[in-house]
Amino acid sequence: MIQDKLTVRVQRYRPDRDEAPYLQDFEVPWSHDTSVLDALNWIKDNLDPSLTFRWSCRMAICGSCGFMLNGVPKLGCEQFVRDYAPGPLRIEPLENLAVERDLVVDLEPFMASLKAVKPYVITDPQKPLSGPGNLQTPEQMLAYSDFSMCINCMLCYSACPQVALAVDFLGPAAITAAVRYNHDSRDQGEHQRLPVLDTEDGLWSCTFVGECSAVCPKGVDPAAAIQQAKASAALSWVAEFALPYQGNDR
Amino acid sequence: MQAVRTDVAVIGGGGAGLRAAMAVAEKDPRLKVTIISKVYPMRSHTVAAEGGAAGVVGAADSQEKHFNDTVSGGDWLCDQDVVQYFVEHAAEEMYQLERWGCPWSRKPNGEINVRRFGGMSEPRTWFAADKTGFHMLHTLFQTSLKHPSISRLDEHFALDLVVDDGRVTGVITYDQRNGYPVLVEAAAVIMATGGAGRVYAQNTNGGIVTGDGMAMAFRAGAALRDMEFVQYHPTGLPGSGILITEGCRGEGGVLLNKDGYRYLQDYGLGPETPLGHPENKHMELGPRDRLSQAFWHEQQAGRVISTPQGDAVHLDLRHLGSAYLHERLPLICELASQYMGIDPAKEPIPVRPTAHYTMGGIETDLTTATPLSGLFAVGECASSGLHGANRLGSNSLAELVVLGKVAGEQAAALALADPVGSSAAIRREAEDRVAGYLSMMGRGTEPPAQIRRELGETMEAGAGIFRTQEGMAATAATIAGLKQRYTQVRVVDTCPVYNTDWATTIELGAMLDVAEAMVISALGREESRGSHQRLDGFGSRDDERFLAHTQAHFQPVGAPKLTYQPVTITTSRPALRAYGAAGAKK
Repeated sequence: MIQDKLTVRVQRYRPDRDEAPYLQDFEVPWSHDTSVLDALNWIKDNLDPSLTFRWSCRMAICGSCGFMLNGVPKLGCEQFVRDYAPGPLRIEPLENLAVERDLVVDLEPFMASLKAVKPYVITDPQKPLSGPGNLQTPEQMLAYSDFSMCINCMLCYSACPQVALAVDFLGPAAITAAVRYNHDSRDQGEHQRLPVLDTEDGLWSCTFVGECSAVCPKGVDPAAAIQQAKASAALSWVAEFALPYQGNDR
Repeated sequence: MQAVRTDVAVIGGGGAGLRAAMAVAEKDPRLKVTIISKVYPMRSHTVAAEGGAAGVVGAADSQEKHFNDTVSGGDWLCDQDVVQYFVEHAAEEMYQLERWGCPWSRKPNGEINVRRFGGMSEPRTWFAADKTGFHMLHTLFQTSLKHPSISRLDEHFALDLVVDDGRVTGVITYDQRNGYPVLVEAAAVIMATGGAGRVYAQNTNGGIVTGDGMAMAFRAGAALRDMEFVQYHPTGLPGSGILITEGCRGEGGVLLNKDGYRYLQDYGLGPETPLGHPENKHMELGPRDRLSQAFWHEQQAGRVISTPQGDAVHLDLRHLGSAYLHERLPLICELASQYMGIDPAKEPIPVRPTAHYTMGGIETDLTTATPLSGLFAVGECASSGLHGANRLGSNSLAELVVLGKVAGEQAAALALADPVGSSAAIRREAEDRVAGYLSMMGRGTEPPAQIRRELGETMEAGAGIFRTQEGMAATAATIAGLKQRYTQVRVVDTCPVYNTDWATTIELGAMLDVAEAMVISALGREESRGSHQRLDGFGSRDDERFLAHTQAHFQPVGAPKLTYQPVTITTSRPALRAYGAAGAKK
């Protein structure tokens, strides 16, 4: 197979040496099935072993290899160099996240947001199960299944203008995780997640630009999750006025 | 050096490590448990498992059948006490995951659905569409966040175990984000680092699956057991090796050679089952070792399909229809489209056997204890005795949680009964060892990428689906040469943070040790059993000589030394392993 070469322009930044990030060009041979991740690994193996990026599964399920490709957030493993020919292909770290080194960004704020929304089944001890597990019909699964497909790849954070502006915004994926459990018939934890979501920065920073859903590689639709969370929060205010304590002891 | 004190250290944040950590937290919330992972836990390779996890439910199935399928599937090299424990506890762990929120696929009435899987006599594989590992991992990880006693050291690269007078008392790690070493001192250490499939050139595994934990335990003195048994999954994508789940065949997918013929009927798996009516333990639902071996024979006979990425056969799913494929196998539809440009409802998918799973690993007993006091091992890095010479698909995801829980409980019990203090001598020794690793930066002449490439190629050539003494010896010699070159390995990068040049080079050192244990163990086994098949006069199973586990022992200089250990047989005497019509007759 005849191999063409393409210029891959990668953002570099080494924190102990560089004052600011810069772009570096590499000439990379490619064929029909060369992924962008393959191109980065080829550079690392053949031209510059210090090039730094995260990756693992190379099948778009581990969520490690999100980058800006010519300015658009994508997973490197499921994009192909052929689609960027004749080049140059510009690869930069995901936007809106602090850069640690080269293409590696800081995930710690997201990890804190994810933990804050209590992303696990919260049950009511007053309602014990009758069998070893819950019944859940396929229709009940539909209420949350799309939201359970999030791979935490951070492309939505990179696409969202509010992530950059509102520092404490929980962000699309973390809110989606909350809604995923709120909508799960096995969960009774919505009232515990509401105080985390229903703050100015938690949920309401979202201005419904919808870019999060446009860039999601897994069809999760975080924008819909956020709209549903807003609706639930608003409803809870109404309920608060009409039915103090919603009939529960608090 | 910075030191972190904890009660239980868990190395690895995949399914096994997370389940173990939660078992510690549930046993006694006063115990501190620390998960050390070289990646954020949701990146762990459990994420890529597709087809499902086994657990007996429903009146038609029984634990006895699951036991017998597993023991015969493992060609009688399974430790039957471990298999018994496993089949008794698999379904309860599946239900535990259910209560934690795992989105298991359901029947219309809301009950759990199960699918057929290779080598299993009944449908008993729980599945979450074809993203079972992904959902199990995220469920476990997210649920772990509710336990205040579980803390994590994410993106901390484990370098070595700390052994104090025969007792494992901690692990030396390197914080990639902040760029300094961290000594984690613990009363008990659980190794849960996964497999080593990356030692093969073409494999289904993620880049992180490099056998680090196996190598750490091996160097510390634990035996690596049954390392010659490496599973080739029959259906990976040619070139990339990306996994195409056995669930495809469980749902009715068929394998065709270049003549469009369902060739498995010629390899003791027939008669041919009607299209759309898969039958347990027949044809495409035979065990993985047999299917991969059948491919090799077809290849020898020139009946495979040439593709730009090498030889392949066709996995045909077309008769299942687009709607059903998107419901049951959505990831496969995505992968076929993205990586092959194929709609599986319209075209068959080219597939070929691809290195997938290490049946062997760190020797453990039924309690996940290794021979090293204070060290437990669980998941693919361990040799629990469950899988024998060939693992059945969907037994490994179940193993993660069944034995992960055991590991957590055992480690917690040890930490409660016998806590250890810190030792100044140990800290000094840890400093020295870290200095050795750090001194690799900015030194050397041998490019690691070249060594890695040659290792992958020689493993495929000499330690693949079929093996000969000559081929294995050549591979062993090549690895010895690569190890020699590795002493001068070049690490260009000198940056203290996220130095992946350095970290992947240390991973390469682990891969060389593990690969050598595989090929030396294979050379010693002069028989054919399960995934270890020989062409040089040792073509049949030899229970007289080799109804035994191989133990490979690390040597500071030279190749590992081998010893053998009896297999635990309780109720199932070794017998003929039969599938298809021959199996149905029994």
